[in-house]
Amino acid sequence: MTRNAKLMQGNEACTLGALAAGLEFYAGYPITPSTEIAELCSEELPKVGGKFIQMEDEIGSIAACIGASLVGKKAMTATSGPGFSLMQECLGYASLTEVPLVIVDVQRMGPSTGMPTSPAQGDLMQARWGTHGDHPVFVLAPGSVKECFELTFKAFDIAEAWRVPVIVLMDEIIGHMREKVVLPDFSTLRPLRRASPASPAGYRPYAADPDGGVPLMAAFGEGYRWHVTGLFHDESGRPSGKSEVADALLRRLARKVEKAALSIEEHFEESLEDAEIAVISFGSSAMSGLSAVRRARREGIRAGMLRLKTMWPFPDGLVSRTASRAGRIVVPEMNLGQLALEVERAAGGAARVTRLGKVNGELFRPEEVYAAIVGAASDGDAIAEAAR
Amino acid sequence: MNPTLSYFRQENLPHIWCPGCGHGTVTGSLVRAIRRLDLDKNKVCIVSGIGCSSRAVGYLDFDTLHTAHGRALAFATGIKLARPELKVIVMTGDGDCTAIGGNHFIHAARRNIDITTIVMNNNIYGMTSGQYSPMTPKGMYGTTAPYGNLERSFDLCELAKAAGATYVGRATSFHVPLLIDLIEAAIRNRGFSVVEALVQCPTYFGRKNNIGGAVEMLEWIRDGVVNAKAAPSLPPEKVAGKKLIGELHNAPAPEYSADYDELIARVQRTYDKFQGGLYGCASNSD
Repeated sequence: MTRNAKLMQGNEACTLGALAAGLEFYAGYPITPSTEIAELCSEELPKVGGKFIQMEDEIGSIAACIGASLVGKKAMTATSGPGFSLMQECLGYASLTEVPLVIVDVQRMGPSTGMPTSPAQGDLMQARWGTHGDHPVFVLAPGSVKECFELTFKAFDIAEAWRVPVIVLMDEIIGHMREKVVLPDFSTLRPLRRASPASPAGYRPYAADPDGGVPLMAAFGEGYRWHVTGLFHDESGRPSGKSEVADALLRRLARKVEKAALSIEEHFEESLEDAEIAVISFGSSAMSGLSAVRRARREGIRAGMLRLKTMWPFPDGLVSRTASRAGRIVVPEMNLGQLALEVERAAGGAARVTRLGKVNGELFRPEEVYAAIVGAASDGDAIAEAAR
Repeated sequence: MNPTLSYFRQENLPHIWCPGCGHGTVTGSLVRAIRRLDLDKNKVCIVSGIGCSSRAVGYLDFDTLHTAHGRALAFATGIKLARPELKVIVMTGDGDCTAIGGNHFIHAARRNIDITTIVMNNNIYGMTSGQYSPMTPKGMYGTTAPYGNLERSFDLCELAKAAGATYVGRATSFHVPLLIDLIEAAIRNRGFSVVEALVQCPTYFGRKNNIGGAVEMLEWIRDGVVNAKAAPSLPPEKVAGKKLIGELHNAPAPEYSADYDELIARVQRTYDKFQGGLYGCASNSD
C-alpha cells in the first residue's frame, strides 16, 4: 500500500497543509462549514508547541493572528462568508502593515446567514474587494482535497515571501468532500520564512525597493523596538500624512502583487489546445465542468477545461489567450457571474462568454454544464452559418 | 536630562494632543511605572486602538502596535499567547475600549490573560471632535448629544471586575502618584489588569459642558472622586455620586498563557510516543 495515503476531507487537508508549512498559531471562531479546521488545529497545535485560541468573534480572530505574526509566528484563521465579512477591516490592516497571514474562507450560501451547510462561490469578489481601499490581494482556490493541502502550504509561502495576507478560497463541497490523498513526508518539505534583518542597528521597518520590494521583517521582542500602524507610514514606520508617502506606499504594495503574480500563477487545464469551447471555472464547480468537458469530447465537441487555482491576482494573460483561441467560453460558478465578469474583462471581446450561474445551494450536475457547452457549440455554429 | 525621556521616541515628538489634554500625563505615568519596575525595553510590547489616547504608542520606544478601532486587546491577546515572555500593555480610550472594543475587553478579562490595560477615560470621542461615548455621564453634552445624553454610562472598574479581571484600579490625571502606583501594581499582576485613568478633555468635553479649561477640568475630576480607602469612614453624603479611586480589586488567579504552556507540556508528554492521530502520520502509516 502507498505510504501515507489517507482518506480525508478538504478541511483536514487544509489543516495538514498549514501544519506542514509550519503553522504555529491559530485563532478562530466557530462557523459552518469551516469548523473542522479549528477543531483539528485545537488538537494538533499543542502537540507541536503551537497555540490555538477560540476568540470571541472573527474580528478578534484575525486580530490575534496579526499579533502572533508580529512576534514571528506563522498564523492562520479559517471562517466562512459571514465571518469573512467581519474580518475585512483587519484584512486591510494586515495588507497595509505587511503582516504575513493565511485566511481560509470555506464558502457557503449567502448573503447573510443564508444556507450555512450549502456550497456557494459568492465570496470571490469579497475576497478581492472586501476590505476598504486599494490593497494587494492573493487568493488561491483548491479544486480537490489534495489541493487543499498543497495550496494552503503554498499560501504560507506566498504570505511569508511577500509579507501579505493570503486567502485560501474553498467552498463547502471542497471542504467536506472526502478523497484519498497521498501526502508528502513533511520532513522533505522546505516551507519559506520571512526575511529578517540582521541587527537592530539602523533598522528601517518599511524600507524597500519602491518597485514592489518587500521590507525585512523583525519580530516584536527581539530588540528592534519598531512601530506598526494602520496609518500611512514612511520607511521608519512613523505615521505620515504626506501625499507622496501615501502614494509611494500604496504603489509599492500594488506592484508587489504584479511581481508576485508571475511566480505564483497556477492552473489546471485539459484538452484546451484545440478547444473551440473553453469551460473556465474554479473550486467544486470545475469538477462538474471537467466531467462535462470529457463527455463533450466523447461526443465529438471540441471542448476544453481551464480551472483557475490562482484567482487573484487574476490570470489575465491566460484567460485572454484562452479566449482568443477558443472563441466561446462557458463559466459555471455558484454565484451570479462574479468570475464571468472577470473572464469577460480579460477576454476583451475575443470570445462569447456564457454565464452559467447557480445559486440554489446545490452543486452543478455535469449535465447542466454539458447542456451549456452544447448550447455554446450550436450558438457558434449558427454564427458560422450566418457568416457564410 | 529627564530620565523618562529615554523611554520616548524623541524624534516623533512633539505629540499631537491638544494643549491641556490629560493623555500625556497618563503616558508619563506609564513610563515612570515601567522605569520603577526596571523592565527590559526590548521585552515590553505596547498596543493601542484608535482615538486620541491610542496615539500614545507612537511616541514610546518599545515594540509598539497601533491597531484598528476597538481591537487592541484582540491583537494583544495574539501577541501574549504567541510569546508569553513579553510584557504586554494596552493603551486605550473610553470609546475604543468600552464601545467598539467592549466585547474584546470582557473576554480578555474572562480569560485572565496577562495584559495590563490602561483606559484613558475622558468621557468623549475626542479624535472625531466630541461625540458622546459609553462613558459620558447621563445628562451631559456631546456633539451628538446636543440636548443632553440619555444613556447611562458604565462603571468600567465594576465591569472589569465582574468580567474576571484580577487587578482593577482607578486614578486620575490629578492624582498622578496614585496613578503611577496603580499602573506599577497592574503590571506586576500576572493576569488581566485594568487601570482606569480619568482624564480631562478641555477641547471638547470641557467646552461642550461649560466646565472650563484644563485647570477647571482637573478640579472637576478631583471633586468627582473619593479615595476607596477613605470612603468607608466618610459620611454617606460625601461619597454619594462619586467615583472611587485607588486599588479596587486584587484577586490573583491562574493566568491564561501560562495555563496554555502547561497544556502543551501535558499534551506533549501524552503524545511523545503517540502512534495515531493525524500530525506526524508520515512516520506511522503503512
